[in-house]
Amino acid sequence: MKLTGAQIIVETLIEQGCDTVFGYPGGAVLVIYDELYKNSDRIRHIITAHEQGAAHAADGYARVTGKVGVCIATSGPGATNLVTGIANAYLDSTPLVAITGNVPLSLLGRDSFQEVDIAGITMPITKHNYIVKDVRDLADVIREAFKIAKSGRPGPVLIDIPRDVQTSSCEYEKADVVKKFPYPKVNKQSVKEAVELINSSKRPYIYSGGGVVLADAGDTVLELAKKIDAPIGCSMMGLSAISADYKGMLGMTGMHGTYHASKAKQEADLIIAVGVRFSDRATGNISKYSKNAKIIHIDVDSAEIDKNVTSYLGILGNVNDIVKEITAQVEPRQNPEWFAVIEKMKEHAKTFDEYKTRLMPRTIIEKVQEYTTPDTVVATDVGQHQMWTAQHYKFRKPRTFVTSGGLGTMGFGMGAAIGSCIGRGEKKTVLFTGDGSFGMNLNELATATSYNLPLVIVIMNNKVLGMVRQWQSLFYGKRYSNTTLNRKTDFVKLAEAFGATGLRATTVEELDKALEKAFGMDTPVLIDCHIEMDEMVLPMIPPGGSIDDIIIK
Amino acid sequence: MKKDQFILSAIVNNHFGVLTRVSGLFARRGYNIDSLNVGVTENPKYSRMTIIVTGDDYIKEQIVKQLAKLHDVKKVQIMPDDNTVKREHLLIKIKASSERRAEINTAVSIFRGQVVDFHTDSMTVEMTGEPSKVDAFINYCEDFGILELCRSGALAIIRGEESLSIDEEDNE
Repeated sequence: MKLTGAQIIVETLIEQGCDTVFGYPGGAVLVIYDELYKNSDRIRHIITAHEQGAAHAADGYARVTGKVGVCIATSGPGATNLVTGIANAYLDSTPLVAITGNVPLSLLGRDSFQEVDIAGITMPITKHNYIVKDVRDLADVIREAFKIAKSGRPGPVLIDIPRDVQTSSCEYEKADVVKKFPYPKVNKQSVKEAVELINSSKRPYIYSGGGVVLADAGDTVLELAKKIDAPIGCSMMGLSAISADYKGMLGMTGMHGTYHASKAKQEADLIIAVGVRFSDRATGNISKYSKNAKIIHIDVDSAEIDKNVTSYLGILGNVNDIVKEITAQVEPRQNPEWFAVIEKMKEHAKTFDEYKTRLMPRTIIEKVQEYTTPDTVVATDVGQHQMWTAQHYKFRKPRTFVTSGGLGTMGFGMGAAIGSCIGRGEKKTVLFTGDGSFGMNLNELATATSYNLPLVIVIMNNKVLGMVRQWQSLFYGKRYSNTTLNRKTDFVKLAEAFGATGLRATTVEELDKALEKAFGMDTPVLIDCHIEMDEMVLPMIPPGGSIDDIIIK
Repeated sequence: MKKDQFILSAIVNNHFGVLTRVSGLFARRGYNIDSLNVGVTENPKYSRMTIIVTGDDYIKEQIVKQLAKLHDVKKVQIMPDDNTVKREHLLIKIKASSERRAEINTAVSIFRGQVVDFHTDSMTVEMTGEPSKVDAFINYCEDFGILELCRSGALAIIRGEESLSIDEEDNE
């Protein structure tokens, strides 16, 4: 069947199982949008307020569904507006295909109107990218892009398609959904070694990361934990894969992790690290990092093994298969002494807790949790509210926590929450954000109201850039350079202006009322929660420090 | 950690942009390229890159792993120092006054080079050899006065039957 490039794009997307795309039209993608119009019964297009929102939405959509997220933008500024979203997906290993239009081939390289070398720009933040110069390559390039995006360690792929390639025609034949590249073969000897290490360890500790979420290996890791009676600590990206209800679940480790998760990791004699990359935020000072422990590092990306932390044993391959194999071979056991030590750590950690009657971040999160179900997706922006959410929200189901880990993108939340909500069939979705982060991409409120999405947007409004202020308080002599925003924006009125519902909470009682109202509605609701500007995220291990340097108060 | 010079050989897709991908990877990860040479292979679908890098064992391991992750890189290998034929080509323009020509000619013949251009006050010499031999010759020429030079960067191929070629099934 002879089709135009634009028709091939739409047909190949549908062929590859894509039913929703996020994007923004423009001159260099008009033909694609014409085909999207004609095929709107087969593929849904969500128009965001800004291309960055589209990229984050595709990212959020991919995270909650496990499918490849797709976003489309025009050439030039449309393409560059995707860049932060693509980088975000790259750092958090989200499978994403970004399609950009470009000027016709004859105008490429001449600094034409709205021309930008987006392939050059995105080279370091994509797994791979393409400029398609011949319509006959187009279908196979899109298929290969999907294959690369979802194989191994997932990530974003960009396809730049000049306008005349979209209008020229060639034969198109439907193909199957592409399969992933085969995983690296697991070294059986290494698995055996791991089993022996676990059998002979006294204080095993499972360190579970984003790779566990991506490989849908939460249950497998939990099974191992139960069989060897080991505690589990998560990297932030690893949260949600394993239910907070597991008795050995210690929560997040790292800079703002729980005391017991970080302390137990320090005291362990064996760390079974699954799908983690030992980022600086997770390890602190590497030379002091878990010195007493042997590390077994299980990952799908060979470049991660021994990159940041030297492991005792590295095992390359699909983490789900590897952990399953280890679990099958390992001896079942109980570690009452180890858990007694951990219990003491937990008791000690409880002494840091303080509840005040004022509206505290922790109270807000715990109150929201009373209204959500284990399936509710919780998205965040970046900053203090994000850390509080990671610390205090009890995640129980995989792929319910959508947050910007590696890149730390303020402004990620609105787009991501929209994409997540759509990915979950427009079920109630929560966004925790701060006044700073929300201010960056609040234009996406327009998208939320246009599509009438049941979002509950909880702003922790402290009128300052809280996380930066916290560092200025602790490390920069309280010189609050450019962090005291004190903006006059009225978020309640703002929500109303966008066509959403706006509520305000300055006390716990007001919050109760607001939440009851918000969760009773199925349209976008914003709750402007006023918190104190000097609330800190604690505990905190200072940058470059270790558990011994932990700040509690 | 001790820093060594080593040679990497990579078979890559013969596309536009591949050189940028590879050199960009080196730049953003902070690895230094001492020399890089690229040319098409016996199969026109692929090019071969020969890259000389200085780095410690950590960098050595990371470079190979990171390069292998690039979709356009099909195979990558560190060439074994003791079992590799290494060659580099040199073109060098030297000041050649009539008094010193005989001396230059002797040096050229000892280093098995060849005079390829000759002017009243200068001569251009080409020479092929291991990079260390090229270094030695350049050193020697400094005394005459070097007007300009260019080096090809090393080429390297493993001795014996072992090869870096791609089986088509490798490249599914």
